[in-house]
Amino acid sequence: MSNWEILWSARDQFWSGFLSTMEIFGLSVSAAFVIGCGMLYLLEGSRPRLTVPLRVFIDGMRMLPFLILAYLLYYGLPAFDVRLDAWWSGVGALAVYHGCYFAEIFRGARLTFPPGQVEAAKAHGFTKGKMFFRLILPQIVMQTRPLLGNQLIYALKDTAFLVIITVRELTAAANSLSGTYFIPTEAFIVVIGFYWAVSVVMEIIIKQCGRFSAKRGFDHV
Amino acid sequence: MFEKNASEKAMPETAASRTTAPEQIAVSIRHLSKSFDGVEVLRDVDLEVREGDVVTILGSSGSGKSTLLRCINWLEQPDRGSIHIGGQRIGVNDAGRPMPVRELARVRARTGMVFQSFNLWPHLNVLHNVTEAPIHVLGKSKAEAEAHARELLEKVGMSPKADAYPNTLSGGQKQRVAIARALAMQPQVMLFDEPTSALDPELVGEVLSVIKDLSAEGYTMVIVTHEMAFARAVSDQVVFLEKGLIIEKADPETFFTNPSTERVRKFLERDES
Repeated sequence: MSNWEILWSARDQFWSGFLSTMEIFGLSVSAAFVIGCGMLYLLEGSRPRLTVPLRVFIDGMRMLPFLILAYLLYYGLPAFDVRLDAWWSGVGALAVYHGCYFAEIFRGARLTFPPGQVEAAKAHGFTKGKMFFRLILPQIVMQTRPLLGNQLIYALKDTAFLVIITVRELTAAANSLSGTYFIPTEAFIVVIGFYWAVSVVMEIIIKQCGRFSAKRGFDHV
Repeated sequence: MFEKNASEKAMPETAASRTTAPEQIAVSIRHLSKSFDGVEVLRDVDLEVREGDVVTILGSSGSGKSTLLRCINWLEQPDRGSIHIGGQRIGVNDAGRPMPVRELARVRARTGMVFQSFNLWPHLNVLHNVTEAPIHVLGKSKAEAEAHARELLEKVGMSPKADAYPNTLSGGQKQRVAIARALAMQPQVMLFDEPTSALDPELVGEVLSVIKDLSAEGYTMVIVTHEMAFARAVSDQVVFLEKGLIIEKADPETFFTNPSTERVRKFLERDES
């Protein structure tokens, strides 16, 4: 049997690894997006007691290698009697880590948000919450779309780190096959193909969303 | 006057109940003072705007006219003095404390503001710019808000562009949409902050004619402008601000033909030359 035939016969393992990766990715970036939006909302206030620690937290996360965060959640938390299984540690680490990146992307866009639009909202009787969710956030998301797309690809690639904390995802599948049959090159080439295909599909979707925002004049980023 | 307004406050807030009272005061500004970084921008300003009146505020730049206008809906907070809109004090509650945000938003919604730089919300099309606040602030149904918005867009001549996005409109068109958006709140008073100053000269006319139509319909308006001929044509009262003080307050005929202060005479001469 050639190496490729071995891999073909193990296609179920790849497929279940791929599904697991997609599940982790989908869940964690959705959570990260919500976390990013939530943090932006909290940063809206002018209460330094809240905003200063939040900024420190966001910056702290951005300076931390993702792998170390995953380690900390999986191996470090049990010291505080918090036990998450590998899967939830992985999803949690990805969500918080990329949530901070989302928040930072949004914050940058918020800084250049036209103050006149906020005044117009206030003049029309909007209060903070409705103004944020109906007028500010939608524009910020449209405006930062290319950066968000980029961040999604980072998040996809970071799922591969979770092999270290024993999550059974795509890279773990390749790892185990390459170990069993000693065919690392072919096994990893297959995995690269999967990551690449997902990235390409995401790029296409993000581009399509671009039409929606271009119509509203949001494509000069 | 304050007694009368206090009793007004208890009445249900409908457009009808507001307009039936004779000689109702729409906006009352008393002893208003404001400084920015130690520079006094407004000094003890008193101004009353009657229901249905058009008051224009003139003055050179830096005289405090925009600040005065922006105090009316509390976009700027005055240091001293009071502002009542239809008898309801804005910004400060009965206990003399800063108003809770929700209450402030409610009083603000009684005013409609049109900005120099339009400030439309670019992610919403023209129709939704107009319906956004009525639906999400006033709690109107979508159908009701849209029907009203279409009427208003008709009034400002923007019906054909109801589905367009702001980035495809000219400045004059944007400003007309902004006027419809403010009118959709059925405000007690419309505030115009230099509505034509950011427009190409050939687009100024279309916006001024919309405002003129509104004055003919009896809308209460406070307008900061540099358009003298327009001010003369639409105003019931002209106010001249100089270094934060109202130095002239007159009907337009008197103001433009026989002003009582040398400063205003000079200001008008400069405009003619």
